[in-house]
Amino acid sequence: MTDMPATSEPAVVVEQLVKVYKTTRAVDGISFALEAGSVTGLLGGNGAGKTTTIAMIMGLVMPTSGSVKVLGAEMPRQRYHVLHEMNFESPYVDMPHRLTVRQNLKVFGRLYAVEDLNGRIAALAEELDLVEFLDRPTGKLSAGQKTRVALAKALINSPRVLLLDEPTASLDPDTADWVRSHLERFRRRRGATVLLASHNMGEVERLCERVIIMKRGRIEDDDTPQRLLVRYGRETLEEVFLDVARGRGETREAAQ
Amino acid sequence: MSAFSSGTVALAPHRIGAMVLRYVYLLRSSWIRLLELIYWPAVQLFVWGFLQLYIAENSGFFARASGVFIGAVLMWDVLFRGQLGFSVSFLEEMWSRNLSNLMISPLRPIEFVCALMIMSLVRLAIGMVPVTFLAIAFFGFNVYSLGLALAAFFMNLILTSWAVGIVVSGVLLRNGMGAESLAWTLMFVLMPLTCVYYPVSVLPDWLQVIAWMLPPTYVFEGMRALIMEHVFRADLMVAAFALNALYFAAAVIAFLQLLKSSRRIGSLLQAGE
Repeated sequence: MTDMPATSEPAVVVEQLVKVYKTTRAVDGISFALEAGSVTGLLGGNGAGKTTTIAMIMGLVMPTSGSVKVLGAEMPRQRYHVLHEMNFESPYVDMPHRLTVRQNLKVFGRLYAVEDLNGRIAALAEELDLVEFLDRPTGKLSAGQKTRVALAKALINSPRVLLLDEPTASLDPDTADWVRSHLERFRRRRGATVLLASHNMGEVERLCERVIIMKRGRIEDDDTPQRLLVRYGRETLEEVFLDVARGRGETREAAQ
Repeated sequence: MSAFSSGTVALAPHRIGAMVLRYVYLLRSSWIRLLELIYWPAVQLFVWGFLQLYIAENSGFFARASGVFIGAVLMWDVLFRGQLGFSVSFLEEMWSRNLSNLMISPLRPIEFVCALMIMSLVRLAIGMVPVTFLAIAFFGFNVYSLGLALAAFFMNLILTSWAVGIVVSGVLLRNGMGAESLAWTLMFVLMPLTCVYYPVSVLPDWLQVIAWMLPPTYVFEGMRALIMEHVFRADLMVAAFALNALYFAAAVIAFLQLLKSSRRIGSLLQAGE
């Protein structure tokens, strides 16, 4: 794995992004830029537009208007210039159950043209504690083991941009903590830009240096976790999140 | 890595190979899946083979036309199972909720289609080759004795099956699993129209016009001409190739448009649900 220094160019630039599904405005004119090597949390309740935003960054969904640039490439038009430098993990996307862990990683490694693939799989298996499961069918693993396999797939190409959609959903606290530690290590070593959508405030507080809070397709707030806590006068991000979700933030600002 | 060209239309053999490997792993993982590939073609062969034997014993015409039904069964299976092999490989991605992983990987849609075409051939070979030997053993019908004509029949039928498979996959991408039944049933619309077991002249005039718009009709007519009259109708094969080229190109364009549409409506996010 190559250590990547952070550059001054933002890795991801989102400008006036809008996505309308029939009559629903899922994403409503959001703009932000992710500095290279940063870890940003995307917070929001169900239907806030987090997954649609991530999908547009990946080029999986076409914006109604606005633009997304990843590593300088316009998405989705120029996606094939950068997809080999990106990856994604979500508990809502599976891998073929009948294939063994090794077979799945081999297939994705080849799709991403990973050099020394066997060595890369061995290293990931070691790092993610998957050595004993490598030749087991993916479908026969526990939820925690499957998450680690999905993470191995997401890291197979040592992505410069890593998108995570609730990476620790449905995991027990111990496994979730283990996954977070690994993500921290990967980010430090690779200098990758990470965008993390999550409902887990503790996770966001621990991993992210910046938090974007979305509500009904719009960005309600965007700051460091520390500054958000101070501004809302709260102890935890969960309280900040509830303030935003229930509109107390607006009331507080109006009162000030 | 090598690529035929740069840019968005690049075709990289290593990515096509990766997808073929994925489906080979899947086939290897279950002997039931392998057996299933041979099961239905074999059942069809025996039903129609014995029926042909019975009719041949009671009809001078069919005695002369020995092998027509068996040939038709084998050719129909190339058409039907070629499409099914393509569509089932595609459906595997939806069943396993793996489509998003593929769509955010560097895999190009055309590479995906190429891998599905290769797997259609692999699945067809596994299912059909043993059945052709059963046809020799039980009914004395050697499909390989058709020689080069067999290659022309096969090429035309497989091209039609891929064209249908490509369109069905596009519809599945756009509309999700609600459209799954299309993969299993669409080809049966062609069965009466392409005159698998009877000559086109049997159809009413207006239906003959439609039948001649379908490439497999030319193949089945050509096969009957070869088996019954010992004449290879090159004109029919050329016409079928021309129609296939047209339909195949239209199918690829339709697939790309349906994929674009699925990016617009967000159906790739829900694929498999």
